[in-house]
Amino acid sequence: MSTVFIALQTNEDTRQIIEAIVQDNPHAVVNEQPAMVKIDAEGKLVVRRESIEELIGRPYDLQELQVHLITMSGNLDQDDDAMTLYWNA
Amino acid sequence: MQIDLQTIAIKPLRHTFDNIARRIGADKPATRYQEGTLDMQQTANFHYRPTWDPDHDIYDASRSAIKMADWYAFKDPRQFYYGAYTMARAKQQDTAEANFDFVENRGLADNLPADVRDTVLKLLVPLRHVAWGSNMNNAAVCAYGYGTGFSQPHIYQSMDQLGIAQYITRVGLLLGSVEVLDEAKQAWLEDDAWQGLRRFVEDSMVVKDPFELFVVQNVVLDGLMYPLVYETIIDDVLSTRGGTPVAMLTQFMTDWFAETKKWADATVKIAAGESAENKALLTQWIGAWRDRAAAALLPVARIALGERTDELVGEVVQQFNARMAKAGVAL
Repeated sequence: MSTVFIALQTNEDTRQIIEAIVQDNPHAVVNEQPAMVKIDAEGKLVVRRESIEELIGRPYDLQELQVHLITMSGNLDQDDDAMTLYWNA
Repeated sequence: MQIDLQTIAIKPLRHTFDNIARRIGADKPATRYQEGTLDMQQTANFHYRPTWDPDHDIYDASRSAIKMADWYAFKDPRQFYYGAYTMARAKQQDTAEANFDFVENRGLADNLPADVRDTVLKLLVPLRHVAWGSNMNNAAVCAYGYGTGFSQPHIYQSMDQLGIAQYITRVGLLLGSVEVLDEAKQAWLEDDAWQGLRRFVEDSMVVKDPFELFVVQNVVLDGLMYPLVYETIIDDVLSTRGGTPVAMLTQFMTDWFAETKKWADATVKIAAGESAENKALLTQWIGAWRDRAAAALLPVARIALGERTDELVGEVVQQFNARMAKAGVAL
C-alpha cells in the first residue's frame, strides 16, 4: 500500500475541515508544518461533506475546499458528498 | 555570501484561554464561536441588585423555571457569533435585494392576478406587527436569559425579526402604495381575523420567564406561523394561482425559518434532556401555547385558504408535533 495525502493551508477555515478529516480517517497522520497541514494516510483518505457541515454549522460545498488546498496525491474521486483519495491497488 | 533559507515552526505556547480549555477538555485551538460564547457572561461580583428587580441579580438563572446544571450546555448549531452572523445575513440580504430587483425590473408585481395581490396584502402586511412583537420578545429573552450560549442567539433573532418586518413592508409598498401599511395596521387593530393573534402577541410580551418566552415566540408561534404562511400559503397555495413573484420576495423568511428552527430544536432538546422536571415544564408550555397559537392563526389563514383552512392548519400542527417529538418533547 502507498500513502495518499492532502495538504491544506493553516487558517481559521481549515481547522475544522482537518478535524473532520481526522474524525473520518482514524488511520490518518496529521503533519503540521509552518502555514500548512499535510495529512498522510495509508491507502485511502475520505473527506466527507457531512462531517465538515456538522463541525462548522452551515451547509458546505466540497468545492470550497479548493480555496485552501495546496496539493494532494492519489487518484481522486469526488462527488457532492465526499472527496476520496486512493491508490488503485 | 551564501544565505540558507530555513523554515522554523514556532509552536504557540497556548492555543486558547484557560476557561475555554477547561470546557473543551484540552488546550487546543478553539473556534471563534467558542471563544466568543463560553463563559462570556459575568457570573460573580454583582455588588448591587438592580433597583428595578431587587429579588434577582442582574444575571440570574432563577428568573427561569427551567433548571440547568450548566447553562453553557446550550450551543447554537449555526455557531453564530457576531462575525459569522453578520456575514451570513449580509449574503442573504444580497440575495433578497436581487430578488426584489428581479420582480421590480420585470414588472412582475403589476402582472399579479388581482385576487392574489389582495390576499397577499391582507395576509402578509399585518404580519409586520407580529414580527415587531417577536423583535421585542427576543430582545427581552436576551436581556433576562442566563448564559451567553442561550442569550446570544436571541439578539440575532431579534434583529432578524426587525429585518423581516422591513421585508414585509417592502412587499407591501411594491404591491400597493403607502396606504396599504395604514390599512394593515387598521386591520391588525380592529379586524376580527387578527384579534386572536394580536392578543397572543400582546400576552407573550408580558411573559416573565425568559425560557418560557423563548418557547412561546421562537418554538411555538414561529413554528406554526412560518410553515403556515410562508411554506404552505405563499410558496404553495398562492404560487399555483400565479403568485410565484411573491414567493421570491419572501424567500428570506422561508430560508430563515429553515435555519433558525434547527437552533430552536437543539435548544429544546438540550433543555428537555437535562431533567424530567424540565421536560414536564416544556411539555406543558409547548402544549398550552400551541393550542392558543393554532386557534389564533385559524382566522388569519382563512384569509388565503378559505374552506381548506382547517385541513391545512391541521397539517401544520401535526408537522409541528412531529418536530417537537423529535426534539424530545412528546405532546
